[in-house]
Amino acid sequence: MIPALFFYLFAGVCVASAVMVVASRNPVHSVLFLILAFVNAAGLFVLMGAEFLAMILVVVYVGAVAVLFLFVVMMLDVDFRELRRGVGNYLPIGALIGVVLLVELLLIAGAWAIGPGLPKTTGLPIPTGITNAEALGLVLYTRYVYFFQAAGLVLLVAMIGAIVLTLRHKPGVKRQSIPDQLLRRKEAIIELRNVRPGQGL
Amino acid sequence: MAELWTNYLWPLLLIVVHSVAVLLILMTAIAYILYADRKIWAAVQIRRGPNVVGPWGLLQSFADMLKFAIKEPIIPDGANKGLFILAPIVTCVLALSAWAVIPVAEGWAVADINVGILYIFAISSLGVYGIIMAGWASNSKYAFLSSLRSAAQMVSYEVSIGFVIITVLLCVGSLNLTAIVKAQDTQWGLLGWYWLPLFPMFIIFFVSALAETNRPPFDLVEAESELVAGFMVEYGSTPYVLFMLGEYVAITTMCAMCVILFMGGWLSPIPFPPFTWVPGVIWFTLKVLFVFFMFALVKAFVPRYRYDQLMRLGWKVFLPISLVMVVIVAGVLQYTGLAPK
Repeated sequence: MIPALFFYLFAGVCVASAVMVVASRNPVHSVLFLILAFVNAAGLFVLMGAEFLAMILVVVYVGAVAVLFLFVVMMLDVDFRELRRGVGNYLPIGALIGVVLLVELLLIAGAWAIGPGLPKTTGLPIPTGITNAEALGLVLYTRYVYFFQAAGLVLLVAMIGAIVLTLRHKPGVKRQSIPDQLLRRKEAIIELRNVRPGQGL
Repeated sequence: MAELWTNYLWPLLLIVVHSVAVLLILMTAIAYILYADRKIWAAVQIRRGPNVVGPWGLLQSFADMLKFAIKEPIIPDGANKGLFILAPIVTCVLALSAWAVIPVAEGWAVADINVGILYIFAISSLGVYGIIMAGWASNSKYAFLSSLRSAAQMVSYEVSIGFVIITVLLCVGSLNLTAIVKAQDTQWGLLGWYWLPLFPMFIIFFVSALAETNRPPFDLVEAESELVAGFMVEYGSTPYVLFMLGEYVAITTMCAMCVILFMGGWLSPIPFPPFTWVPGVIWFTLKVLFVFFMFALVKAFVPRYRYDQLMRLGWKVFLPISLVMVVIVAGVLQYTGLAPK
């Protein structure tokens, strides 16, 4: 009974905040509602016993990705009334994507209802008696190791792309070079002179 | 009904009592840690520090808190009211909730969860939201600039903290905080703790913890010569106290993390009887206070970093070193057969 109560709490808040992401007027509020939705999704993961995924969701999506969203949205000077004017044009596409998602969800739920054993055949059996992190590690680094490596390579390419796009060497900018500073020796830069009174150099 | 009581209500009551006890002790400890911070800082500068309220100034923190609490909270006209009030609450609640999983002695944690270390990492990465929200909701240039600095700083140093945690986890083989402490329980006592074999990581963790909690020398968030009081500039009275409280609780959490990861948690430094009879919670407290003393000394000694130097240290020094150390530690553990089974 209590887990069900918590499920409806998390699920309810999650759906409500997802609606608010789209509905709220202020873009910063939208991002904050998105974060609330993420945190509640993490709560749902915990209820399913997937605590490792829940924590990773919070660390990666809430702690890093959403911070970048918030960064960008806060600094943009967006006039939202202007932006909302075109909403009607995108409605058919949005509705289409919504319908596709709904059909897919119904298909998954239908498969569950028709053959309860069916979903188990597509995935690996979940071992009992070991923690989440171990269970994930055991399949991620054995059966799916090439996919894991490929995902890493994709991220690496994305990172190199971002660096190439933003790297600029402006001429005439003075930069601090720590190695140069550390390599300076006293003899090369300080000259000791014996100055006579009243004469100067 | 009886089942409901034994399965849900009684454990719930226990958890509530336990949490309230932890919070009360923590709050009192924070009051004195704040006082200690000021006293140590004063001693380094050959001043006397707070010495008027109570004997030796011992009641200074309580007087300060009372003063803030009875002042009028002012919300600026152009501020986003909801977020402006939410920001300090978020900061404070997140900082306090990290203490739910910290084991102060064997079995003395409110929740001894399997992914304890990830939980703390997640909570501390959420801490940045309080600052961003405060900076944006204040509708002030100084506050906004400071919150941008802070967000970049915390995200940068989280990366190296993450790698440091990974090296420790490689040696332990578990994400549970109690298991991390138990893995350091060897016959060599003090010398068997991870600060010795993982010494470079210990230093990186200590410095990153300073940066993550916006302590001097990395307190660019509230660099008063440039940004007045940073993201807190529009805040006063109780909301300001909540920020201060959140900040100091986060600092204490980082000290506790340092103790758990590298200094053997509640274990006695000298592993034979007269010392092992001392309760674990006392060792834990002493170690946390020692790490905090180091934090306070750094605050007193080291001049503030420039922002580009801070970013250089995080991305060009700590990140490569910690990344290489993850590979080295993993390799050594694998090829010497020391890896935990």
